[in-house]
Amino acid sequence: MGSKAERRIGLLFVLPAIVLVGLFRIFPLAWGFILSFTNSDGFGKSAFVGIDNYVAVANDPAFRDSIENTLILIATLPIWVMLPLLLAILIHQGVPGGKIFRAVYFFPAVLSTVIIGSIFNVVLRFDGSLNAFLKAIGLIPVDWLGNGATALGSLIAVQLWATFGMSLLIFMAGLSTVSKELIEAARLDGAKPLQIWVHVIIPALRPIIEFVAVVTTIGVLTSMFGLIYVLTAGGPGTATTLPEFLIWLEQGKMNQPGYAAAISMVLFVVMAGLAYLQIRIMSRNANL
Amino acid sequence: MSILAKREKRLLWIACVPMTLLALSCIYPVFFSLNNALKTNKGYILDRFGLVTDPTFDNFVTAWQRAHLSDYFVNSVITTGGAVLILLIVSSLAGFALAMLRFPFRRFLFMVILASLMIPVQVVLVPFYRTIIALDLVNTRIGLIISYTAFFLPFSVYMMTAFYSRLPRELVEAARMDGATILQIWWNVMLPMGKPALITLGILNTLYCWNDVLISLLVLQKERTVMVGIAALRGEYTTNVPLLTAGIVLAAAPIVIIYVVFQRQIVNGIAVGAVKG
Repeated sequence: MGSKAERRIGLLFVLPAIVLVGLFRIFPLAWGFILSFTNSDGFGKSAFVGIDNYVAVANDPAFRDSIENTLILIATLPIWVMLPLLLAILIHQGVPGGKIFRAVYFFPAVLSTVIIGSIFNVVLRFDGSLNAFLKAIGLIPVDWLGNGATALGSLIAVQLWATFGMSLLIFMAGLSTVSKELIEAARLDGAKPLQIWVHVIIPALRPIIEFVAVVTTIGVLTSMFGLIYVLTAGGPGTATTLPEFLIWLEQGKMNQPGYAAAISMVLFVVMAGLAYLQIRIMSRNANL
Repeated sequence: MSILAKREKRLLWIACVPMTLLALSCIYPVFFSLNNALKTNKGYILDRFGLVTDPTFDNFVTAWQRAHLSDYFVNSVITTGGAVLILLIVSSLAGFALAMLRFPFRRFLFMVILASLMIPVQVVLVPFYRTIIALDLVNTRIGLIISYTAFFLPFSVYMMTAFYSRLPRELVEAARMDGATILQIWWNVMLPMGKPALITLGILNTLYCWNDVLISLLVLQKERTVMVGIAALRGEYTTNVPLLTAGIVLAAAPIVIIYVVFQRQIVNGIAVGAVKG
């Protein structure tokens, strides 16, 4: 233990961070948990109603649609992992101009989701640039954002396009930690480059691959609000509504916070599970 | 071996083709926005994807003045600047204490801050909003500054703690021997030593705050930040694409400049932050 002054001042220095996190994240979480068991009307009146809100959430078609959309999104996860992995491998192998590729691929990730959403809204809308181009070369225009299936597909494609550069960076960082001796030994044993990749490098990257999968899932659940907000507004109908957007819509109604809080709690449980996975992967990484 | 190497080289050159197309798509938004921002609305309707023929700067002026982007810019600059400043101070204080000082509940407090990463704003949207209202912070810039700080803080504290824990503790002990107070050690030793990490965090947090839309929609409802302004512009001027793209160019310009200038710090910061936590 340090001196008395050190003990006091140590606590004092952490205090601002603890107060901010406690007041605006942990306390609201507890409040939301309590709120989710009440029928508060948002204006003071409130009674305990048990799990009524959760039952209502489970029976809400909009919530079910948002879960279905999330599952469809998660089903495309292999692409989200494989595409940046493949690109990272190519850049690592010395594709001409690799550094430029890396910098350019990451560029969309620094743009706000609002910027990206607005641009693609203009490009993909029915009277937008893409359809104008399709017509000009003699193809039939498609209502990309007005049709349920293509709207969800567009949302997924735009988010993938906007974030693959981030996963690429993580893979590049991971690749630089793969033991050179191991690769050299395999080479001396006569392994071809492709064999080295499949049998040496990719197995060594497994923790990073798992990490990217988890981080991508977290991103899909919590960082698409801005994109949905301007690209599709969750529509047509609920075709592109994800849980975080549904929570926004519900909280905007203001008159049934308990209901919105219940959806939030469901999302929190999923987030906590993912965070647990993330921490486990990271601590296993540290043990390597 | 050399035949193999040659074949590998050729394959890499072939891979270059799709990779270049993908790279072009990544900078396409820049071309798209600039190109359309320079068109007149009539010019855009007549030719939706072609190159601008008769460039005009009117859209930028209209977006800046009549669409109030100038006001939104002021809001964004103040809230982003304020939040980043507070984030750096609070996280370097906490990181210094957590990494170098010995005090009760140190590990527990570090875990609490880390665990709050599990609580994104979506999960606490309703009660967070009510907290903001209860504290009379709604529709104030200071409210938005504090909110940004609260939501972007754990990552910063983690980075600063990790950074400072790589420095020798003797730094503190030697300064204590010389009679420096702990506050003086933080100001005179830790802040200058922490510069690389602070610069990275400053840049990353600037991106996060400037690009945010959800928190600012919630907290700053009457006035707007730039990104909320762009979202509104898209709704209000839905038929005037050149005006919208001019707004996009103005709103994204600071970020694009930061990315071009600080590319190395951003790329390294993200990679380190991701792989190590």
